Amino acid sequence: MTTKERRMKQDMLFRWCCRIVTFMALGVLLVLLSHIFSQGFKWLSWDFINSYPSRFADQAGIKSAVWGSIWVISFTAIFSVPFGVATAFFLEEYSNSNSKFVRLLQINIANLAGMPSIIYGLLGLTLFARGIGLGGSVLTGSLTLSLLILPVIVIASQEAIKAVPNSIRYGAYAMGARKWQVIVGQVLPAALPGIMTGVILSLSRAIGETAPLIIIGALSYVAFTPLGPFDDFTVLPVQIYNWAGRPQEEFHEIASAGIIVLLAVLFTMNLVAIMIRQKFQKYRM
Amino acid sequence: MSKPIIQVKDLSIFYGEKKAINSVNVSFSEKQVTAVIGPSGCGKSTLLRSLNRMNDFVENLRVEGEVLYKDQNIYAPKIDSADIRRQIGMVFQKPNPFPKSIYKNITWGPQINGYDFDPDALVEKCLKRAALWDEVKDRLDDSALALSGGQQQRLCIARAIAMNPEVILMDEPCSALDPKATSRIEDLILDLRNRYTIIIVTHNMQQAARISDETAFFFDGDLIEFGDTKEIFTNPVEEKTEDYITGRFG
Amino acid sequence: MKSSIVIDNVFKSVLFLCVAMTLLVTATVILILGTESFIFFQKVSIFDFLFGLKWEPLLEPKSFGVLPLVAGTFLVVVGAIALALPAGILIATYLSEFASERSRSFIKPALEILAGIPTVVYGFFALTFITPVIRTVLPQTEVFNALSAAIVVGVMILPMVASLCDDGFRSLPRSLKEGAYGLGATTFEVIRYILIPASGSRIGAAVVLAVSRAVGETMAVTLAAGATPKLTANPLESIQTMTSYIVQVSMGDTPRGGIEYMTCFAVGALLFVMTFAMNFIGNYFINKMKWEQA
Repeated sequence: MTTKERRMKQDMLFRWCCRIVTFMALGVLLVLLSHIFSQGFKWLSWDFINSYPSRFADQAGIKSAVWGSIWVISFTAIFSVPFGVATAFFLEEYSNSNSKFVRLLQINIANLAGMPSIIYGLLGLTLFARGIGLGGSVLTGSLTLSLLILPVIVIASQEAIKAVPNSIRYGAYAMGARKWQVIVGQVLPAALPGIMTGVILSLSRAIGETAPLIIIGALSYVAFTPLGPFDDFTVLPVQIYNWAGRPQEEFHEIASAGIIVLLAVLFTMNLVAIMIRQKFQKYRM
Repeated sequence: MSKPIIQVKDLSIFYGEKKAINSVNVSFSEKQVTAVIGPSGCGKSTLLRSLNRMNDFVENLRVEGEVLYKDQNIYAPKIDSADIRRQIGMVFQKPNPFPKSIYKNITWGPQINGYDFDPDALVEKCLKRAALWDEVKDRLDDSALALSGGQQQRLCIARAIAMNPEVILMDEPCSALDPKATSRIEDLILDLRNRYTIIIVTHNMQQAARISDETAFFFDGDLIEFGDTKEIFTNPVEEKTEDYITGRFG
Repeated sequence: MKSSIVIDNVFKSVLFLCVAMTLLVTATVILILGTESFIFFQKVSIFDFLFGLKWEPLLEPKSFGVLPLVAGTFLVVVGAIALALPAGILIATYLSEFASERSRSFIKPALEILAGIPTVVYGFFALTFITPVIRTVLPQTEVFNALSAAIVVGVMILPMVASLCDDGFRSLPRSLKEGAYGLGATTFEVIRYILIPASGSRIGAAVVLAVSRAVGETMAVTLAAGATPKLTANPLESIQTMTSYIVQVSMGDTPRGGIEYMTCFAVGALLFVMTFAMNFIGNYFINKMKWEQA
């Protein structure tokens, strides 16, 4: 075999490796989804969604978990979005990216984005649950998750703000606008689709979070729906964890059913994010 | 020649250490079209942007000397730069309509500045003056980004007019447009010259000759020659001007 | 319009307060973990904590050697990286070098979906699917084992590794690649001798960030790897990681304020120090390259 033939063979082999590994990764996704569907699909019913958890798998449902998730995520959005977007605007519009302080801020935000979620749990437990005395309430959960997704929202919003061309800012200044008017009147609306996409994706991350909520004391058995922000709660992922940890096969199956509901919510959110992105990409700025 | 509305006195502009404008003295007359010409990099855009303080947004830029607008130095400390920009509008090289409806592009400026106005009437008036009304009157709520490049640029002119400025600065407004769109903008400029003072930077000498009353020729940060457009194009005093307008460099 | 000048300043200050809050979050985390562990280390020597070989804080006689938890974490992380790094590089190569526009258009979203699946779902998948498969092949495997957790954590960080490597390849000038192809190099040679060495620091940063992510991963290891703190290199045995210990304590009825409870914060502090250091290094390198390009 000549060197050339050997090199060609090696290249072919390499190309096939790349292809196979890529499709194996997609295969894992398919296996995961089909495993969960085959286990859980038969348990899906209106009763399942509209019943409280139970000691008996066939009577158990996710009503309290679904309502808990809705409560927690709504408050999370209220707390995190304004702060995250404001932070992004300060970094992009008011600060000089060459200054040491701004670089420190930027690295700090990237670090926060990579901080293990369980540490946010310890933070929430000490600061909100015990420090302010909110206990294992909806408020504690959403404040904790807000801090968790804050850096993600900041980073996504920064990207969206960066994508707004400077010519729009200059055009607005040339009309005698002040800086805040340029930002609120032009940059924010122009960046809004991108920001919304980022916000939806980070909220979908918050919906799937489990560990920090276990740490702050979200209960695993809740037979009521929260009526206000100070009530105790559970969320869907915690409920799933609880069922997954039991030895009985039926509980694994209803855990799968819970996962199907959770994934359906997440995929819907992703779809909405993609649709927003595409709708506003029609006109390039 | 009518009386000057903007007088530039001993103006020097630095980018960091580099001098982009070298103690320039020039006056721009009221209700006239003045063309600023010269090879690229000669500082003509820098000069234009210093007339309404758009240079404030450039980092490391330093201005020395004075720009008098109606006998008041716009670089004086007590001057509010936003206020200057309200009176001296600007049209940019690349059309940059706001990503909003055509209607809102016109009303946004007067609105944020707290002008008292009738929006429908204003939109109609400005679009008519900018010779755009007939093309867009049925779709005022469409996105401005759906317009063609030439239409976008006329919208930007209409938007500047909406602020009711005394002066409109134009920074190579046709350089991104095709010949047909260019000639429409040129016609428009000729229409507007009785109402506004227009200062236009252009790299197109025929354009300068066609539309301007006076011409300033810049080279390497210096004002080489300034005077009546006909004079400059037919009988330039300086050798450099002649070389440039006859196409020997630039 | 003087009022709008005032608004300008107020607006800027409000935005600045939000930015300051991000620093405050980091500071608070350090403060909380610092004070709680300080109290803990007054009762347990820091030396015994860091170098002790036995972690039995809930049993009498108590011992607080964190090494078994670190070793358990290490076992999972090494396995996950061994899976995700080569696979990530191969996927990044496929995407940037020879995937058609059509296959890119569904592979990228599929990887995003993979990255968006909650970790508890991965944990459940490891426990109910991967572990049974492993046990069919290797019957001596325990029900809870490090291997299953390592595989699933590897899958979890794969999209992140692939996309960071992809960014790395893309950040290189085209001329570099084209020059090599022009000399008749094969794709394999271009990747092996040009792209990987030239984007080495990027890939390095990606690995550091991925390790940090794997170290902090919680639910998958809690569900799949077990709760047996043990110094072992055998991935088929049940182990316990730092994160799953914290969950275990939080789930149980260990009294608040007790020493067992404080161990949570001591372990959390160690976890924070490790991930913070890695994130800082990784993000510093990635940002530095961005700044230099700008």
